[in-house]
Amino acid sequence: MPQRRILPGLPLSLGVTLVYVTLIIALPVAAVLLKAMSLSLGEFWNIVTSPRALSTYRITILCALAATLFNAIFGFAFAWVLVRYDFPGKRLLDTLVDVPFALPTAVAGVTLTALFAKNGWFGAPLASIGIEVAYTPLGIIIAMIFTSLPFIVRTVQPVLEELDPEFEDAASCLGAGDLDTMRRVILPLLMPALLAGISFAFVRCLGEFGAIIFIAGNQPLSTEITSLLAFIRVEEFDYPGAAAIATVMLLASLTILILTSLAQSWYGRHLTRS
Amino acid sequence: MATKRVGDQKLVRRLLIGAVAIIALFLIAAPLLAILSYALAGGAGRYFESLLTEDTLHAVKLSVITALIAVPINTLFGIAAAWAIAKFDFPGRRFLTAIIELPYSISPIVAGVAYLFVFGAQGLFGPWLQANDIKIMFALPGIVLASLFVTAPFVARELIPLLEAQGREREEAGISLGASGFQTFWRISLPGMRWALLYGIILCNARVFGEFGAVSIVSGNVRGETNTLPLHVELLYQDHNSVGAFAAASVLMLIAVFTLVAKFLLERRGVRRHAEGT
Repeated sequence: MPQRRILPGLPLSLGVTLVYVTLIIALPVAAVLLKAMSLSLGEFWNIVTSPRALSTYRITILCALAATLFNAIFGFAFAWVLVRYDFPGKRLLDTLVDVPFALPTAVAGVTLTALFAKNGWFGAPLASIGIEVAYTPLGIIIAMIFTSLPFIVRTVQPVLEELDPEFEDAASCLGAGDLDTMRRVILPLLMPALLAGISFAFVRCLGEFGAIIFIAGNQPLSTEITSLLAFIRVEEFDYPGAAAIATVMLLASLTILILTSLAQSWYGRHLTRS
Repeated sequence: MATKRVGDQKLVRRLLIGAVAIIALFLIAAPLLAILSYALAGGAGRYFESLLTEDTLHAVKLSVITALIAVPINTLFGIAAAWAIAKFDFPGRRFLTAIIELPYSISPIVAGVAYLFVFGAQGLFGPWLQANDIKIMFALPGIVLASLFVTAPFVARELIPLLEAQGREREEAGISLGASGFQTFWRISLPGMRWALLYGIILCNARVFGEFGAVSIVSGNVRGETNTLPLHVELLYQDHNSVGAFAAASVLMLIAVFTLVAKFLLERRGVRRHAEGT
């Protein structure tokens, strides 16, 4: 039976929302695509597949993969420790998770650079054993790890809290070892959350700018990230170039968003079936 | 007998807690200490001297003005969006939510470039703005607009799940008993969402103060004019003025610490704990 709407305010709230979303979010995104479409396909292709652009995709994607892999493991362990164990300082550790989110990326950038520079607190001892971090891809990875850590911890943590102890008990009664239980029972149940966290962290690594540019070295063809190349094109007043690179970044974000939501709904169906 | 759970062995427990604590100490706690240490490297006198330079004070002022405009606008937007999406059924609700959350996944650089193509000289409205002598890019309006884009989801994202969980019965009861729409919102809805709303506002505010990439494209980066605080940190750092850069950074760190304390207190009041976008 169709229900009559009792609550007021739909026209006003929805109207405000639609106008705002159109002007503030949709219009600028459309403007990037429009600008890129003013290029011919050949011009667009030449810009986005230039050796310098290709090298930025390579370094950005590889570093983002490395940082996300690290955070998938470390973030999972972090969430696990916060949910499963009680120990002194737990509250503090829990609060520290949010620091990378609350601290402006530019501040994180200059601070990590100072720490890992050759005369920095960490850079000096590392240099003495021959490891250079600042101005190398390793620096990019560390900046990405720093900024994307909270996303994986905070997506896994609530699901881990809700996990029914019965599952593990049952598995252990049936003779499964801890590793088996982890692999066959816990991980599959956490997978949708872990996947969402991993994909979001990866997207954020791909687009990150402020935390990375200070520590990256920014050498074209070696340590230049894609968002910096777009920024440089703007500074050079090469607007078609900036539009093309920004379009690639935009499409990458959208593709990952769509793939993630497809994967999650597939996994949801798969889980209910089995 | 207590149920047996994975990872309860003493050794596993100690190893995991130890590893996580050590990495967190080096990766997260050390940078916070480093900011203070570098800022105070020349003593308290030089710290305050660098903090009180005209350019730094101007950057603080510009960041405060930006937040005072952008945060209330996105708060009102967040309330409107959450009300529409959580209290009513209409086709495209999920799609609308996805669009609102889009800025979480878009690089701040892309956001800055996008606004350039709307309001810049080469942009959609560029010729018209120029003809009417309205300056948006490389000025305060551009900085505010870029900030509005990156923080558009913050309040809405906080309120939508809460309002959905609360359902519609209480408001419907208010309306049936003869309250006006505004009274119902003010007396019934708002008290029920105040902590989540405050949480969203605080996260939104932190991000407005911290936004760097998008603002660096639309601000034009003019010293003492269109430099927000994070841009000013960059400028001083590139001038090799380490004490000045970290003194300015310490102000941003103070805002971050305030944000974390507020977040912690609100989570104890039962607000859903999570990071931006998760």
